[in-house]
Parts: sequence; C-alpha cells; structure tokens
Amino acid sequence: MDNKSLISISDLNKDEILALLQRAQYFEQNPNSHLLQGKVVATLFFEPSTRTRLSFETAVNRLGGRVIGFSDAKTSSQSKGETLKDTIMMVSNYADLIVMRHYLEGAARYASEIAPIPIINAGDGANQHPSQTMLDLYSIYKTQGRLTDLTITMVGDLKYGRTVHSLLEAMHYFNPTFNFVACDELKMPEQYKQFCRGKGIAYQETRDFSEEIINQTDILYMTRVQRERFSDIMEYERVKNLYNLHAAMLQGCRPNLKVLHPLPRITEISQDVDDTPQAYYFEQARNGLYARQAIICRALGIDPLL
Amino acid sequence: MKLNNKKELAVAALENGTVIDHIPSKSVFKVVNLLGLKDLNVSVTIGYNLDSRRMGTKGIIKVADMTFPEHVLNRIAVIAPNAVINIIRDYAVVDKHPVTLPDELIDIVQCNNPQCITNNEPMRTRFHVVDRDNTVLRCHFCEHTVSHDEITLK
Repeated sequence: MDNKSLISISDLNKDEILALLQRAQYFEQNPNSHLLQGKVVATLFFEPSTRTRLSFETAVNRLGGRVIGFSDAKTSSQSKGETLKDTIMMVSNYADLIVMRHYLEGAARYASEIAPIPIINAGDGANQHPSQTMLDLYSIYKTQGRLTDLTITMVGDLKYGRTVHSLLEAMHYFNPTFNFVACDELKMPEQYKQFCRGKGIAYQETRDFSEEIINQTDILYMTRVQRERFSDIMEYERVKNLYNLHAAMLQGCRPNLKVLHPLPRITEISQDVDDTPQAYYFEQARNGLYARQAIICRALGIDPLL
Repeated sequence: MKLNNKKELAVAALENGTVIDHIPSKSVFKVVNLLGLKDLNVSVTIGYNLDSRRMGTKGIIKVADMTFPEHVLNRIAVIAPNAVINIIRDYAVVDKHPVTLPDELIDIVQCNNPQCITNNEPMRTRFHVVDRDNTVLRCHFCEHTVSHDEITLK
C-alpha cells in the first residue's frame, strides 16, 4: 500500500505495531496537542456506532484537527442511491483523511484503493476493525509491560467474534499461548487454528470455563455470547451462563491477570468483577483514544516523536 | 506419443488452432463462457462427456485458427485445474502445457458473501489464490475464503 491507510490488522508488520504502541504511550502522556492543526478529518459512518465515532472524533479534537462527516447513512447521499465510490471521491475533495465505518465487508479496502487520501477502517461489517485490535494490544502491553510470551484465554463467541480473530492474528509476532474456551457452536474456526499451527503457536481448546484455566492466564479476553448466533435456541439457553465470569472465579488467579472485553457487555462479566483489581475493560476503552491518536497521525504522516 | 495425440484429437482433426483438453465435463460450458467462444466467428468444436481414462469423462474444446493469450487461458484453471492446452499447427501438436492458476483473479469469480462490497457496488472482483493445490481463493475485499466447490464465475 503506498499510502498509510489502515484497513486490516494484517496490513501492519511487527515493527509497525510496536511503533504505533510507542506513539499511543506518548499520547497517553500528552493527549492534547496541535499536531493536526489545519487538518480536516471526515468520519463517515454508514452504520451508526456511537462509541467508535466518539473515540475517533475525540482523538482528532485532542490533536487540534477539525471533524466533518455523518453518523448515519440515512443522512448521506447513499440514501439517494449514490455509490460508495462517488461518496468517497466527493469527500476526498474536502478532507485530509477519512475514517469510515460501513455495514458491507470490504468497503474500506475498496475505498482505500480509489481515494487519493488515506482511509482508516473503523469497522466493515463482520470483517475488520483494526483500531479495536490496536487498543487491545496497547491494553495488554500497558498492563503486562510486554507483549511477548503471554498466555491469553479467549472466552465466549470465538466463531463470529472478529475482535478475537484479529487479536489472534496480531499476537502471532509475540509468541503467545492461547486457550480457546467456547461451546461447540461458537468454537474457534478451523482456519484460525490452522493459522496457529502454521506459526508454531501453542493453543488448547476447551468447553469448560474453569478456574484451572483462569489460574494459568495473563489476559482473560471475554466476549459476548449472542442469542442470534444460535440455530438452536435450547442450546443457547443451556450454554448462556456457562461463559460468565464472577469475582469468586478470580481468587486464585495470577497477580498480573487482567480481564478485557471489547464492550458492550451484558451478563458475561458479572457486576462484582468491576470492583476487582483484575477488571480492566473500562480503561481498555479509554486506551482506544490513544491508540486512535497514534493511528490517525500515522495515516497523515505525522510523527509526534520526531 | 504422437499416435496417442492423434487418437485423442480425432473428434475433428484441427489444421491450426487451440485444443483445450481434460476439462471436467461439468465445467465445459463455463469454459466456453469464460473464453467468450460464443461470440467468435471461427469454428468451435465442443466435446462433452467423452471417455477419459484419467478422469472418467471429460470435455474438450477445439477452436480453429486461433490462439489465446496465456493469461486468458490461465483463467480456465479456476474451474478446470487440470486442463491441458494444445497448440496445433498443420495438424501437429507444436506446444502442449497445462494451465496454471494465476496468483490473482481479476473480475472472474463472484464473491459468495452477500455482504461483500463487490456484490453491492459496480466494481470488479479480485481474488487471491491462497491454496493452489486445492484451488482455495480469498476475496481481496471482504477476506472471505472460497473453496474449490463453491466457486461461482461472474
């Protein structure tokens, strides 16, 4: 790719990931600046996602840039039948960077190939959401002091959850050990297990979310089990509470263990976990701001460390 | 060897042109479409459900007085990975080689993912070959993989 678009986490090599984390760390210490003075960033949300949009827009504002855009396709010309290409070309006339979220998979990749300005993918359907992965990596790095040689336990929906797939892909540079905890209907797809085997990454799969697994974990990555993912509703009723985390389950855990979750959570992390030192999901969301500041600056060729 | 060729190509001997052999019977008409043969004004012979020792039955296509660029012929590999191209001059096979799947397929295959941008926007599709032996493709845009038996041509 000749520009600095970020579409998929696999666009980044190990050095680029580490460089972004270093800059996220800088922005955590220096959140406000004028690095983006005179720049206009368009946030095009063809599908609403308030959480992600606010995070990106806050990132631009804290860097001193300006934001234009829309938060729902209903208010754009798309509702009049305009193609994505035309919308992207039109906005490229006005902005220096486009942050886009789209309900269609591959929309951001396509946009990055036609637009004369860089594109940041803020989620394309069920496909990719690289800024989420960067904030996950930054959260891991920050809480563990390293990314290498960690045991990461992923729990819940490992079949459809794009965050776990992207995290798995990004972590392959850092010699992780994985535990995949899920019911049969939502277990980690074969292609990702094959990916692990191909890279020599150790993993084990289990249906039981047990304390034994938790006690040998550094990062406990929880995800939401959604009712609509089940073909058999009885099966959902049977498993829905098996992958819930309660504070009592953390009693024997490693002192460095942190619980991560991409949010929103429903019942998979019970409220009593919030008060434990292991709860990290709210800080995790805040780390998204710094990770996105780093991603935006990279896209515009601005390096805060120079 | 020469005798074998003669026997194999005996359906209608070709003076000059291209013979595409060892096409799976079910893919013959897809190959016809892929090469746009119905729009040509040269003689085209299409053999279908012919006996084949190697494949059980096979298809064969003979196009008189024409050769195709290699990149065009290689598109056939998507649906007929074992197809063999014979170039005929003066009734003799002057070149014989299997098709090879290109690394990338532009606007040949349709993405099976209804949520893919390529199915919702006027644009060309693009696939990367991720497993050459089993013909597994990955959509450049939505990143879904398509296995050999799921491939739909555009």
